[in-house]
Amino acid sequence: MGVEQKLGNMGVVTTSLEQAVNWARTNAMWPMLFGLACCAIEMMAAQASTYDMSRFGMELMRASPRQSDLMIVAGRVSRKMAPVLRQLYDQMPYPKWVIAMGDCASCGGVFNNYAILQGVDEIVPVEVYVAGCPPRPEGLIHGIISLHEKVKKEKLSKWA
Amino acid sequence: MTDIREVSVDELRHLVSDRALSGETMLLNMGPQHPSTHGVLRLLLELDGEIVVNCVPDIGFLHTGVEKNMEAKTYQKAEVMTDRLDYLNPCGNNLTYCLAVEKLCELDVPPRAQAIRVILAELTRINSHLVWLGTSGLDLAAMSIFLYCMVEREKLLDIFEMVSGQRMMTTYIRPGGLWRDVPVEFEDAVGSFIDHFPEELAKYHALLDTNELFLERTKGISTITQKQCIAYGITGPVLRASGMAYDIRKALPYSGYEQYDFNIPTRTEGDIYARYSVRLEEMDESLKIIRQALNKLPYGPVRSNNRKFVPPPRSEIGVSMESLIHHFKLWTEGFTPPKGSVYAVTESPRGELGVFLESDGSPKPYRVHYRTPTFANLQIMPILSRGHFVADVVGAIGSIDIVLGDADR
Repeated sequence: MGVEQKLGNMGVVTTSLEQAVNWARTNAMWPMLFGLACCAIEMMAAQASTYDMSRFGMELMRASPRQSDLMIVAGRVSRKMAPVLRQLYDQMPYPKWVIAMGDCASCGGVFNNYAILQGVDEIVPVEVYVAGCPPRPEGLIHGIISLHEKVKKEKLSKWA
Repeated sequence: MTDIREVSVDELRHLVSDRALSGETMLLNMGPQHPSTHGVLRLLLELDGEIVVNCVPDIGFLHTGVEKNMEAKTYQKAEVMTDRLDYLNPCGNNLTYCLAVEKLCELDVPPRAQAIRVILAELTRINSHLVWLGTSGLDLAAMSIFLYCMVEREKLLDIFEMVSGQRMMTTYIRPGGLWRDVPVEFEDAVGSFIDHFPEELAKYHALLDTNELFLERTKGISTITQKQCIAYGITGPVLRASGMAYDIRKALPYSGYEQYDFNIPTRTEGDIYARYSVRLEEMDESLKIIRQALNKLPYGPVRSNNRKFVPPPRSEIGVSMESLIHHFKLWTEGFTPPKGSVYAVTESPRGELGVFLESDGSPKPYRVHYRTPTFANLQIMPILSRGHFVADVVGAIGSIDIVLGDADR
């Protein structure tokens, strides 16, 4: 965003529409309140006072997929849960992003077996993978900031 | 992956009453994605207006295949699975599993390791109760208690991280003792936590005990009698809140719990408020146990000397050929316990947590089975919710403190 210094105190900001839209999207990205397993506890910790995710405009966890922009898949996804997860993703309005939090959501983690989906990217497109079992809240926040950086470079035509 | 499909009423016929089929009552789905089901529990509610007529829990959305996975790993490697079962009680799960393996292999655990195990298990109990208090308070619209609880939880996680290097999934308690001795700062860190925590407990009491909104939604709601609890195999705070002083730490002491002086908090009302006050008092009792264990923490080794089952210390490997062989054998093939089956049981924050191990003499368990408290406790959901408002179902779920990783395995 370029603030034209020579305009002095006229208070005019010039930017491109694309940048303005992306700036707005990154600063009020509402995650869906959706915990699966162990990582959900660390996601709650990231929301609570010590780590305070509201610094990034994310204090509102929406229980309804219709009101959320970001799905944080926090935990292992079983084969019984997979269709539910996909349905929730389909119910989210555009633009929408997915973070795979933790090893289980990213690649199956320690559970290489019949019951667990070997990575949530088998059913939904994932933007950012956060490693760890479970990741620390700092790890999740790093993942979210990486997503913000990514969103700032997006073209408007992507969601058109 | 199975497809989502419409379910006809015929398929649910065995679950619901005739009134629902004739359209007199309404069927409502709650979960698996619902903010107050504490994970991925699904409830099928049958409603008459706003009153719950019946409630059918549907579990399995977090089925992980932990038991089967453990059977494919050696005894040491299978332990990492146990942390992720009941993810609010990782140290307790490790302890239960290690007790079973030690029983199978007839291993002795040094007294210092026993005392540290007790301290960690009790800290984990406080940790679990804090998360329960925060989230179930949140369900009943008490936001600030959640924030206070999470601040204290961070202090506990710092202690776990100090001893094991991991915040939640510690895998610190190992068959035959501990992974390593605790660092020198451990005693001070635990000491300052137990000195400071009673103030916080008083704060929680002040926030909720006289809060009219909280009392309205907890007193006299979702009651269960002692007889019903016993009939359904309910253990833990839910049973104690209905008047029975049954605690595995007293009934079948393990890890030297018989040396410590503590009470079993009980209530007789059997409602949500009784469960709440039992858990808060339990945190007090846990502090008492930790203080006693810390005061007489013995010095000495933290791992058994039986080299056939417990790896030798690193320092020995460079100087002793035999130790090198033991180290190599233990981390490649694993140890081979004798044939037989064992059952070990501990008191988890939710109730009786048991593990059954069947050994066929090979380095991998032939069968692992878990008796998990949440699985048994979830059975009473219909009793707790019948005749109450839909909004009270939320409080009832919170009050039995479910962890779906524990129920679904």
